[in-house]
Amino acid sequence: MSALLDTLARKRSQLDWEVAGDRIRKTIFYAILIFWAALSLAPLYFTLIFSLKPIENAYTPPIYWPTPFTLENYRTILETFDLFPRWVANSVFISVLVTLFRVLFCAMAGYAFARIEFPLKKVLFNVLLVSMMMPGVVTLIPSFLIIGPGLIKGGLQLGNLTLPTGFNLIDSPWGVIVPGMADAFGVFMMTQFYKSFPKELEEAAMMDGSGRWGTFFRIVLPISQTQLLTLALLTFQGAWNNFMWPLLVLRTPEQFTLPIGLQWFRGEYYTLYSVILAGSLFNTLPILIIFFIFQRYFIRSIASTGSKEG
Amino acid sequence: MGIKVDRKKVFEAIDGYLFISPWLILFTIFSVVSLIYAVYLSFTNYNLLKPPQFWGLEGYQRVLEDELFIKKALPNTFKYVLIVVPIQTFLSLVLAFAMDQKLRFQRLFRTVFYLPSVTSSVVISLIFIWLFAPQGIFNQITGLAVNWLDDPRTAFYVIMGMNIFTTSGTLMLIFLAGLQDISPTIYEAAQIDGANGIQTFFRITIPMLRPVIFFVVTVGVIGCFQVFDQIFVMTAGGPLNSTTTITYLIYKWAFRDTTIKMGQASALAVILTLIILGVTLLQRRVIEGSGASAER
Repeated sequence: MSALLDTLARKRSQLDWEVAGDRIRKTIFYAILIFWAALSLAPLYFTLIFSLKPIENAYTPPIYWPTPFTLENYRTILETFDLFPRWVANSVFISVLVTLFRVLFCAMAGYAFARIEFPLKKVLFNVLLVSMMMPGVVTLIPSFLIIGPGLIKGGLQLGNLTLPTGFNLIDSPWGVIVPGMADAFGVFMMTQFYKSFPKELEEAAMMDGSGRWGTFFRIVLPISQTQLLTLALLTFQGAWNNFMWPLLVLRTPEQFTLPIGLQWFRGEYYTLYSVILAGSLFNTLPILIIFFIFQRYFIRSIASTGSKEG
Repeated sequence: MGIKVDRKKVFEAIDGYLFISPWLILFTIFSVVSLIYAVYLSFTNYNLLKPPQFWGLEGYQRVLEDELFIKKALPNTFKYVLIVVPIQTFLSLVLAFAMDQKLRFQRLFRTVFYLPSVTSSVVISLIFIWLFAPQGIFNQITGLAVNWLDDPRTAFYVIMGMNIFTTSGTLMLIFLAGLQDISPTIYEAAQIDGANGIQTFFRITIPMLRPVIFFVVTVGVIGCFQVFDQIFVMTAGGPLNSTTTITYLIYKWAFRDTTIKMGQASALAVILTLIILGVTLLQRRVIEGSGASAER
């Protein structure tokens, strides 16, 4: 009897200990999460606060609250300094077009790789996979020459024919858009998606006499909306925040995108830091809003990059 | 009958090529031709003014004899990769592991953690310049009086810290997806066998995550070897070249210096590509070699 009680007591104390251990463990995890959450929010929070303070207070306490309060910095951006709205418009134009083209072209190529039989398909797909690992810097200089002055100055001479070797798009938004219209990762992502996608609906449409193109635009694209949206969000975020390539291509302030413009503005007016902070929010806010609306898709797209590659 | 089938096949092939043509054309121009031309340029003295002239390995030799490359860009880049990649990988794994415990507010945390990754590299750099200014908020909070970005002893570490901070959110999401793929029955089995938390983490979680870890490290290595935006905005390679990295040097030679050296810059770009390729292969052997491969 006493032996039994003993065992029970021991079991009990072991349980207590486990509960306590669990509680400590949970507390530690919460502490880690809360600490990192605070750290993640801090830069944006301070940016917001100081964008609402006068220019001469860019480094003056209090740091946690916008006193004295002013909307002057936002007024400067929207009214006095008319390049800002221009940069926003340029950024929107470039990002939207890059997104539309890339989603369409990647969906088309992905669909072909998943569904259509054509010679060299395997080879091309393997080339695509390898190109995903290729560092972008190596093609930077030739790509710049192709978009700009041309690989060969004066063009390629073929008999008495002169072929241009460059697009001559320096300082044009199209110089940023054209190379961004397709990308290997997008094609890969769409291929994986269409491979796992049931064929029946398309086959039925084809039976009804709808051609490959009709089926693609009327059936395939509409039913892959979710996946297209995921790719679109990823692309838009990348294009909106892109820096190195637009920096090389866009030369005059009127043509700048918002990130290039903000960087340039800091070089010209480095004392107006509160204005820079307010301008920064114009770059961050649209993405943030899109992120909150489509969070699910964003997170899925990021998560999918890891598991599919592995 | 045979002819009919063939025709159908031909049409299908034509369709296939039409469908991939937008991607294929752009890929040919901006990846295939560009890559070949980059290798060609690396053996020339191209300076944008005169047509490229072949000069063999001269460009490579000049790169390897360049003080800025040997003494600054090369060691800086390796230092950057060796510090940033392990820390961001470990940190995001810990965050993902903490998230994977059945805690409350999981979605809220996930959202907040991802915020720094949404912000553009330029914007976050501009914010950090201001936060780490001599009278900036960081010094105000900590009570320090360091001129972080103008001091060659500290500038590079601020950039490293910032990049660890911004990428960890994304990597955490990748790890979290990997963790949630691990079947709970494996954990239950481990518990029955009497494994404690730490044992479970090292004996089960880490091995099961091996493919994801490989992916995160690979992406990290490729990205870190090419770090540019933040350096361009925050320090432009300074102070005293303490933050000059290989990619920044390529940019400097090809686009910024008064005497443009596109040939030599291309040679450096090829060298960097080979370095990245070598490190990626090496790291693949290390990660796959340590322990039985965990196929999923």
